[in-house]
Amino acid sequence: MAADDRAQLTTKVSDRDHAEGAADAPVTLVEYGDYECPHCGRAYPIVKEIQERLGNQLRFVFRNFPLAELHPHAQHAAEAAEAAAAQGKFWQMHDALFEHQRALDDKHLIGLARSLGLDEARFTSELESHAHQRHVRDDFMSGVRSGVNGTPTFFINGIRHDDSWDLETLTDALQAAIDTRG
Amino acid sequence: MATALAAGTPAPDFSLHATPDQLVSLSDFKGQPVILAFYPADWSPVCGDQMALYNEILSEFQRFNAELLGISVDGSWCHLAFTHDRKLHFPLLADFEPKGQVARAYGVYRDHEGTTERALFVIDAGGVIRWSYVSPVGINPGADGILRALEALGQEPRDGGR
Repeated sequence: MAADDRAQLTTKVSDRDHAEGAADAPVTLVEYGDYECPHCGRAYPIVKEIQERLGNQLRFVFRNFPLAELHPHAQHAAEAAEAAAAQGKFWQMHDALFEHQRALDDKHLIGLARSLGLDEARFTSELESHAHQRHVRDDFMSGVRSGVNGTPTFFINGIRHDDSWDLETLTDALQAAIDTRG
Repeated sequence: MATALAAGTPAPDFSLHATPDQLVSLSDFKGQPVILAFYPADWSPVCGDQMALYNEILSEFQRFNAELLGISVDGSWCHLAFTHDRKLHFPLLADFEPKGQVARAYGVYRDHEGTTERALFVIDAGGVIRWSYVSPVGINPGADGILRALEALGQEPRDGGR
């Protein structure tokens, strides 16, 4: 398939995103994911390993794509991560959610917030009032408009990665993107 | 290899089973846009497969008053079980007997595999195909193309945005 046929990210990475790694890293990996999706759960340690391997050459961005009809806790889990972000602990919550994928009801979400040392009252109130629903929906729709076709979907420097996301394949694709940039 | 019907072609009418005792015809939806989503088979082994994805964004299609119809060669009992399992809120039609007849009419039947292509058609309110797309069969095409095609019909979203 020609390069310009491939789906492209329509919403650029910006300040509203959660990113690990330098903004001027030669390669940016964007994941659209769902905290209750078992495939995303399998991708989680793979991305961690790739971050180790590529170090400061990689910037990683996570956007929410909860498949709420399929996964009853996915929407609230995504909002919980955003509520943690409001207290400066997005990545800690992101990791905790993927490490506790089978227990994502509200009671457990609040338990995770507590264990991360978040302001529990604020966290609970934001979760109950759906304070971050809009942010999650905006992520979701940016994914839909970019050709996200399931979870997880990855974009490498703005181009959808249609190949497998096993460790070696994804690492090679990212390395190729780095090499292209010279 | 067959070629999918292109934009500008009148959409062939059909009647297919949506459930074991309910038939759905394309002409039932005259006056509103219709999205036909041909897909190879129920029970594909990934989460967030094509039908599950569309199920999540039905409200976006409804903003254009568009009706979504999924079509595969699976039988209607199979569709019923799949619909319940994935909690789908739109009809899946069974292009089952004669097998693949509708897919052939739209130029998206795969003789060798005995399934349909992964193909999308957006049909306007007058019954004319306005956009069609055949995805590599292993690649779920997502929904962005459908939304762009619906926008191109020139019909304003009902609520003027979220």
